[in-house]
Amino acid sequence: MRAYLPAYDLRVPETLDEALSLLGSTDPWRPFAGGTDLMVLLDAGKLPEGRYLGLWKLPELRGIEDRADAVVMGALTTYTDVLRHPTLQQDFPLLCRAAEETGGVATQNRGTIGGNIANASPAADTPPALLVYDAELELISSRGRRRVPYDQFHQGYKQMDLAADELIARIIVPKRPHRWTQYYRKVGTRRAQAISKVCLAAALDVDRVAGLVRDVRIALGSVSPTPVRARQAEAALRRSAPDAAGLRNAQQALARDIAPIDDLRSTARYRLHVAQSLLAEGFETLV
Amino acid sequence: MADSLHVEVRLRVNGRDTVVRAHPMARLLDVLRQDLHLTGTKEGCGEGECGACSVLLNGELVNSCLLPVLQADAASITTIEGLSQAAGELHAVQQAFLTHGGAQCGICTPGMVLAAVSLLERHPNPTEAEIRSGLAGNLCRCTGYMRIFEAVLQARRRGQALESSA
Repeated sequence: MRAYLPAYDLRVPETLDEALSLLGSTDPWRPFAGGTDLMVLLDAGKLPEGRYLGLWKLPELRGIEDRADAVVMGALTTYTDVLRHPTLQQDFPLLCRAAEETGGVATQNRGTIGGNIANASPAADTPPALLVYDAELELISSRGRRRVPYDQFHQGYKQMDLAADELIARIIVPKRPHRWTQYYRKVGTRRAQAISKVCLAAALDVDRVAGLVRDVRIALGSVSPTPVRARQAEAALRRSAPDAAGLRNAQQALARDIAPIDDLRSTARYRLHVAQSLLAEGFETLV
Repeated sequence: MADSLHVEVRLRVNGRDTVVRAHPMARLLDVLRQDLHLTGTKEGCGEGECGACSVLLNGELVNSCLLPVLQADAASITTIEGLSQAAGELHAVQQAFLTHGGAQCGICTPGMVLAAVSLLERHPNPTEAEIRSGLAGNLCRCTGYMRIFEAVLQARRRGQALESSA
């Protein structure tokens, strides 16, 4: 059933100070970014009633800054902004692949990276890419600013290291010298527009002379209560030979990294199988 | 609906400035259809999957079912009704849809046409793959995609012909 609108309020402040003071009030306002997730809930009558704070007009949360040591994205950076940014295209292909895979053009024009993170869906497409790149979040409130490594931000299903008065201000993606080749694949019901059943992002660096994996990063979506870095699978591959035996070990370790469930989009068994298959496909593509 | 929460929202719709009083969380789609009587914008799924409610907001394609009207304050909006420049004259994309049978039942057509217009503005000479990805957010329940793609290709060629004759 559709929502009863008088049970809601929305304000769209034009300054960050006003937004932060509303968020810090005793009966706080909830942040509302592009609306591509929250408006779906509203129409289904599932959006919690109350007061929402539209962030769209806050210039401090916009823009992509290309620094020497990092790319810093305002939380309101849209998927379209990501896809149009030359440095992100060149140096952070997994993030661009994720943006491409998120909805159609209309969703990419309104959906934001900050909103994708704060909505905290385990099935979101950008978090695995952000995990591979060791992203950090800058949070802001009227109390000040702080930084949180992104892999420590999601603490459980829809639970985040984010206080009620805090906003995600920026997403910092460090630039590091590397020799990675990179892989991203999202598996849904169909190619276009579908929500993920499993999504895997990976980066691999093989020392060809020594015949050993020098560096590897693997992260997944839709297979755990939160987006997850597959640290055991990474450990199984690191400093081992990039061969069939190494892959088998990593696939077994991956089963311990993730905790897939049965839900409306898929089953735990299918998700485990596909996650291991994506690991194999990624490995074979990158080695 | 309690009016006390209603706010004034300034919109420039199809080149005309207007002020509506609406609940700030009202969907732009409902304001367009019910308050401004612009019923060319259709509601399909109401959850951003089908693109039937697509409009251009400051030139960018958006799903009007996912936009609280207050977030559109001071924005310029183009709906299907505002696409043709002169009375009785269709936009090149509309004409191409007509010529190529790009419309069947018609419910996806306004959104499909606006998505095509938005695509051609960004990529005046799109490949078929670009057309497919540009229209990926718009579903045709009659599954008449091939003729829709042909219509967009034709509109592209017509655009090129206009450029070369200019």
